[in-house]
Amino acid sequence: MKKAGAHIYTFLIFLFLYAPILVLIVFSFNDTETGSRAVWGGFSLRWYKKLFEDRLILEALRNTLLIAVVSAAVSTALGTMAAIGINSMKRLPRRIMMNITNFPMVNPEIVTGVSLMLLFVSAVKLFGGRSLGMGSLFAAHITFCLPYVILSVLPKLRQMDPNLYEAAQDLGCTPVKAFFKVVLPEIMPGIVTGLIMAFTLSIDDFVISYFTSGTTQTLPIYIYSMTRKRISPEINALSTVLFAVVMVLLIIINIRSFKDRGQSQREETYI
Amino acid sequence: MKSDSKLLSAPYTVWMTVFIVLPMLLVGYFAFTDKSGSFTMENILSVGQYSNVFLRSIWLGAVATAVSLGLGYPLAYIISKVNVRRQNIMVMLVMLPMWMNFLLRTYAWMTLLEDNGLINSALAAVGLPRVHMINTAGAVVLGMVYNYIPYMILPLYSVLTKIDRSVIEAAQDLGANSREVFWKVVVPMSMPGVISGVTMVFVPAVSTFIISKMLGGGGNLLIGDLIDMQFLGSAYNPNLGSAVSLVLMVIILICMGIMNQFDDGEAVDGGGMLI
Repeated sequence: MKKAGAHIYTFLIFLFLYAPILVLIVFSFNDTETGSRAVWGGFSLRWYKKLFEDRLILEALRNTLLIAVVSAAVSTALGTMAAIGINSMKRLPRRIMMNITNFPMVNPEIVTGVSLMLLFVSAVKLFGGRSLGMGSLFAAHITFCLPYVILSVLPKLRQMDPNLYEAAQDLGCTPVKAFFKVVLPEIMPGIVTGLIMAFTLSIDDFVISYFTSGTTQTLPIYIYSMTRKRISPEINALSTVLFAVVMVLLIIINIRSFKDRGQSQREETYI
Repeated sequence: MKSDSKLLSAPYTVWMTVFIVLPMLLVGYFAFTDKSGSFTMENILSVGQYSNVFLRSIWLGAVATAVSLGLGYPLAYIISKVNVRRQNIMVMLVMLPMWMNFLLRTYAWMTLLEDNGLINSALAAVGLPRVHMINTAGAVVLGMVYNYIPYMILPLYSVLTKIDRSVIEAAQDLGANSREVFWKVVVPMSMPGVISGVTMVFVPAVSTFIISKMLGGGGNLLIGDLIDMQFLGSAYNPNLGSAVSLVLMVIILICMGIMNQFDDGEAVDGGGMLI
């Protein structure tokens, strides 16, 4: 009885989470002249065709991916280093660092966006240089990703037995080797989580990009400019493509980790 | 670890000084100056005119947070109970919608909620009266819950899976029934997750400006819309915008300070928060 209740509840929540996405996907195949979002006009791939011919969307997509890759990589490297540093600090400096780290997470995104906009605009006014664009977007994205990386790595560092590191050194490892052989494998899950989080957050970010992009288009900004007029089902088609790519990636990751455990691959047909 | 590993955080310290501390000082500077750069209190004082906007934002954000907690906690608990492989699948399913841009997810709800949208068409098809849903405060709350509920579920889940089974077994050995185990052991131990979940939902919900624009029509202006208007909108006035931002920050920090009173202080330098 209890188990059935849990199943129904889980189903309902996932229905709530996925129904709108399903609607988006279904309407990406809708064959209408106007791109209506409530009337079904038959199956068609026309919006996909249009999507791959739309230079602006593709450029926005390219910018989005470039920013996500760079800012995820930089923030993961910088954040992991910072987490190790913070972990070895004494209580007071650690608290100060954690408060600075938590600040952008507690602070409303819109305020972070506005404050960075003021920074970049003032910097351009004072020192000249190029106005807001890719450069300011990189800086902004790295900034808002960093705390998430640190907060995923720190718990792993704290869980780790500090004696392991010392034991490795007692057994003849140099500190650097001990770090790569002992510490890094221990905290790897945290680093990977941080990296994935940073990448996801960067791709999905609209608010901070909106204030720091100048005239540069990222996908969310492009979508926003379209919502103000009328969304073309091209965007539905694009989200369907992105969604499918993510699904495939996740399935591959899952099958791989399943294989690693040395179990049969045959059962693993669903994610 | 060795003391020189402290140096590893030096680049981060520099980065955060330039891109977090300095911009915040600039917000403060703009909030207390006028267009010519001389000191004024006028911006801060004129924020008072918008108290109804602030109250509406806080109320809708609080409702959305409560609904997310109410819906998200049972799911996080269910996920933490199943075997590890299913846990991974379900966590992935919670995260997956986040890969779709929130503008699109919100837009999808427009399609569903409109007067001629799919839900109303379905209602009409089975002979029920149509319901006006779009451009209401309820639609805004729905949009907030839909967009931010993963941020509630994930921290809850990660805290719930970390709860030591032996603690629960100990409670059972000492005679607690399953309800008592849940309310007296599981819930108190999951408080750090509740607090970070509430933070991660309330803060974006209270400061959103897209959801209100898309699902709330013109009648549900929120703080975020007000700030947007001052920086990139028609009413260009970064000084007033900075003042509104400053007040918003103070409100959030006060709310978080209150929230922190419910915490036992364990999370202060872990997944915890400011103050």
